[in-house]
Amino acid sequence: MSKSHDHHHHGEGSELPDIALRVKSLESLLIEKGYVDPEALDVLIETYETKVGPRNGAAVVARSWLDEEFRKQLIEDASAAAGSLGFTGRQGEHLVALENTPDTHNMVVCTLCSCYPWPVLGLPPVWYKSAPYRSRAVADPRGVLEEFGVNMPDETAVRVWDSTAEIRYMVIPMRPEGTQDWSEEDLAQLVTRDSMIGTGLALTPDQLEAAKTP
Amino acid sequence: MTRPDAQNQVLAALPSIPRDDEGPVFREPWEAQAFAMAVQLHAKGVFTWPQWAEALGKEIANAGAEDTGEDYYLHWMAALEKLTQANGVVSHSEFSDRKDAWDRAARATPHGEPIELGREQRERAAHGQSQPRAQTD
Repeated sequence: MSKSHDHHHHGEGSELPDIALRVKSLESLLIEKGYVDPEALDVLIETYETKVGPRNGAAVVARSWLDEEFRKQLIEDASAAAGSLGFTGRQGEHLVALENTPDTHNMVVCTLCSCYPWPVLGLPPVWYKSAPYRSRAVADPRGVLEEFGVNMPDETAVRVWDSTAEIRYMVIPMRPEGTQDWSEEDLAQLVTRDSMIGTGLALTPDQLEAAKTP
Repeated sequence: MTRPDAQNQVLAALPSIPRDDEGPVFREPWEAQAFAMAVQLHAKGVFTWPQWAEALGKEIANAGAEDTGEDYYLHWMAALEKLTQANGVVSHSEFSDRKDAWDRAARATPHGEPIELGREQRERAAHGQSQPRAQTD
């Protein structure tokens, strides 16, 4: 039925990749059937391209470093705490915040399908979705951390948390030394996406300084 | 002189982070469209998010241990096609008919012009090469 492809190519026409044809086909059918609103699609795409990202999570972490009440709320009910800053999920998922301490380092993976806390971290990076990360994060978390440039001391336990469609985790990294008088906004600059997945630590003031003056 | 964006610099500063290789959130428009369709269909109640995660998880599991994450939205789209067909939103035959129609429309459209289904229908009428259709059109 779809055999006509190879011998039917007009030189002047455009040959769309198979995946582009599939997306166009499904999209046009869903629009015609009223399941999808093209304007809402555009808004959604723009929101995820420009507004939802790890800066949201960084604001949550910085607030928790400064505000003890907020920190407690975050540990008890992260969905509500993040929601109070305006970051809420669409998938009905439960957000759980994992607090790093000198004794325990937390790291997040989704072995099934790359579930990820979109409202606070945006969409996941490519490596988070890769099979090597999904399998090795569980089997050899310390090795993975080393690959990300993080050498965990032996006395720190590494706990790996497997996300699901219902529960998404974010890591609260430890507040770096030498940031006592820092504002919330400045603190947020230290909070990288990877520190909230647990494959990194928050930047130190020196690292931030080095990054600002190339 | 423009100052470099401090935040981007900070994010690029971490060692061994493949951020620069990742580029934008969506690398091509179709990825964004596939993403947004799933979110809207969920909002419409076509599937629950656990159902979605299971369907996507199956596609990803089938991709095996060599999957680099680059094909994530290919898996996403495959899951979306299966779920919409399983839930009766779009039938297999109307999907494949529509895909053939877009394919012909694209091939009939000179470079630089928008691809439209109408063009394909005109072309089809002119050539009379379409297969008989079971639908009432």
